[in-house]
Amino acid sequence: MWQPEGMNAIKPVDAASASRVSFFITCMVDVFAPDVGEAAVRMLRESGCEVSCPLGQTCCGQPAWNSGFAADAARVARTSLDALEADDADAVVVPAGSCATMIKVFWPELFELVGDHDAAARAQRLGAKTFELTSFLDARPSPNRVDQSAPAHRGPTIAYHHSCHMLRELRIHDAPLALLERAGCTIADWPDGDRCCGFGGLFSVKLPETSVAMAEAKLASLPAEVEMVVGSDSSCLMHLAGRAKAEGRTIAFRHTAEVIAAAAIAGAAIPRKGQA
Amino acid sequence: MSGHHTLGTATLRERQASAVADTALRGKLARASEIFTTRKAGAFALIDDVDGLRQAARSIRSDINSRLPSVLERFADNVMAAGGNICWAKTGAEANAYIVNVAKRIGAKTAAKGKSMATEEIELNGALEAAGCEVVETDLGEWIIQLDEQTPSHIIAPAIHLDRYDIARIFDERANAGGIEPIPEVMNAFARGRLREKFLAAELGVTGCNLAIAESGSILLVENEGNGRMSSTLPRVHIAVMGMERIVETWAEADLIVNLLARSGTGQHISVYTNIVTGPRRPEDVDGPEEFHVVILDNGRSELLASDLHEMLDCIRCGACLNVCPVYRQTGGHAYGWVYSGPMGAVLTPLLAGHVEGSQELANASTLCGACMDACPVGIPLQDLLLSLRRTKAAKAGAAEKAGWRAWSAAWSHRSIYEASVVAATSPARKLAGSRVATKLVPGAGRWALGRELPTPASSSFRSRWKKGDL
Repeated sequence: MWQPEGMNAIKPVDAASASRVSFFITCMVDVFAPDVGEAAVRMLRESGCEVSCPLGQTCCGQPAWNSGFAADAARVARTSLDALEADDADAVVVPAGSCATMIKVFWPELFELVGDHDAAARAQRLGAKTFELTSFLDARPSPNRVDQSAPAHRGPTIAYHHSCHMLRELRIHDAPLALLERAGCTIADWPDGDRCCGFGGLFSVKLPETSVAMAEAKLASLPAEVEMVVGSDSSCLMHLAGRAKAEGRTIAFRHTAEVIAAAAIAGAAIPRKGQA
Repeated sequence: MSGHHTLGTATLRERQASAVADTALRGKLARASEIFTTRKAGAFALIDDVDGLRQAARSIRSDINSRLPSVLERFADNVMAAGGNICWAKTGAEANAYIVNVAKRIGAKTAAKGKSMATEEIELNGALEAAGCEVVETDLGEWIIQLDEQTPSHIIAPAIHLDRYDIARIFDERANAGGIEPIPEVMNAFARGRLREKFLAAELGVTGCNLAIAESGSILLVENEGNGRMSSTLPRVHIAVMGMERIVETWAEADLIVNLLARSGTGQHISVYTNIVTGPRRPEDVDGPEEFHVVILDNGRSELLASDLHEMLDCIRCGACLNVCPVYRQTGGHAYGWVYSGPMGAVLTPLLAGHVEGSQELANASTLCGACMDACPVGIPLQDLLLSLRRTKAAKAGAAEKAGWRAWSAAWSHRSIYEASVVAATSPARKLAGSRVATKLVPGAGRWALGRELPTPASSSFRSRWKKGDL
């Protein structure tokens, strides 16, 4: 990971020991998928955290950063940095692999690039305690109420979409799968599961024909038995769902948080073995 | 005559849109790139420490490039000591002029060419043909696309976009193959017969150079068909054209790079032919050319070496990044519009063909998914280089685009304005979002709606629910 000059590695925070977390909503979840945010907050509380949501946050700045407008990205990112830093929680949790990557990987580089060394150093410290939601939950002592040994809830057969930044920048692969398995899901083998869906932020509207072709190719490789596509980035899911609907597919698209929260509720409602 | 590049004649979006509209092309690309990536996995399965090997290769490449002038001098000295000639070509035009001069001096009527992307870059074929020398591409894929007046669509598999039926049609229409059957062995035999005549007739052989080895003044050529060996041994004169960064100092370094090259490119442990050429024919040799020339091509590479993006010169041209690129797999190489395609082409084209209109736009031909970085055997941070190119492009953007981003950042750097935009987006009017009206009013919505249903914002935002205490 990139590091500002002269800074020593900052020890990453241990997810298991965090007791109060700041929730970074992300603009996508705020407007298009608030249910994902609700499910995430519920699961964070379920895992024993006190959750705060500092409303001074806005966006992580990624659209501008990926378009080459670093100063504009920094301006927006600084607002969110200020708000999250001031909240002073043990950890920051983000319900999107892409925005979590922006904070952890690109914020320090971004601020350094625009000459804001102070913000770069602060971003470095914040990044060390920032987690993508599923990796955070999976590291908790009781990630969710439904456990594998006694699945009270029979979940759907799903295909998991590994989003690019989460997989190839944060290297998170197993955590969401582990949570979904514990939630009773059967995870189908999706050959193209780790291939980019074609969203790519503004790529989706700058080169829409290619973006759609990529979604089409990815969906074409879905195994027949899959009832639901699950991922941990609402933006990819919105793009894939939009394409699937245009193709007349009836398959559901859900965020990991929604699936495990539904399982937790169902699990609570159905008495488990040895309880009753 | 080879085909023409489309860069500058249509926008990136137009080129991509027409490529992805060709569903047959997408099928061919998917099959071929899957074969490459599957074989690559198999070829690397036998190596214990892949990451260690990649690290070693990366450090060799960056070390050589950090002292490139002295390594090149040593190479040139040793080429000449072995009886060869060196041309230092600052530009493509200088390289072409040198090669055309040699062709004229020896009275070459036919040049047999081994596959070389560097000669594509400088458009050597056109220059030789203008001077009255017929150029015959002898790599099978290159010959096929030359017959059909196309350009390569992949740096190691130039005809990857064609299937056997396409090839049979091209052989019939362009090489009078007389209703040839679309059977690979049959078509291969046909091509072999035709090309053999050209090898025997050619006075001049032109090849590329996968790697130069400074300590012995040798060039190394990897190939699978034997055409590179014949191009470099049968004609009276052999000219190798090398991009100036295609070099290592020692044979030990060459061993390591070659070990990665075939595995990463075609998924072979080693290519069928690995040719090593050191100087022209010696008195005791049974074959080989009377003259041997190496053209060391700069053509923008010195500037690149001095820039922040110099890591791109570490590239060993294996093509692994093309094969895994989800954009390339849908559009193929021609949509990139120039010589190099895929992620490496998206980075290299703006740098080497910066003068061509539309070249800067190629930095956008990626979702930044990072698959290329994982595939790169020498660890080039392609995504970071693309981001850097986008910043360069943004700095030169028009006033309207800059103002748009400034307005956005001014708004979303304030909680109150951000919240107002969230309120607006989640208001009852949001239902418009799913309608045709939105495609006119909301920026990007019209483009989104090309093949995708528009998403409808929620009726209440997350933050409004949080504020109400509903959570």
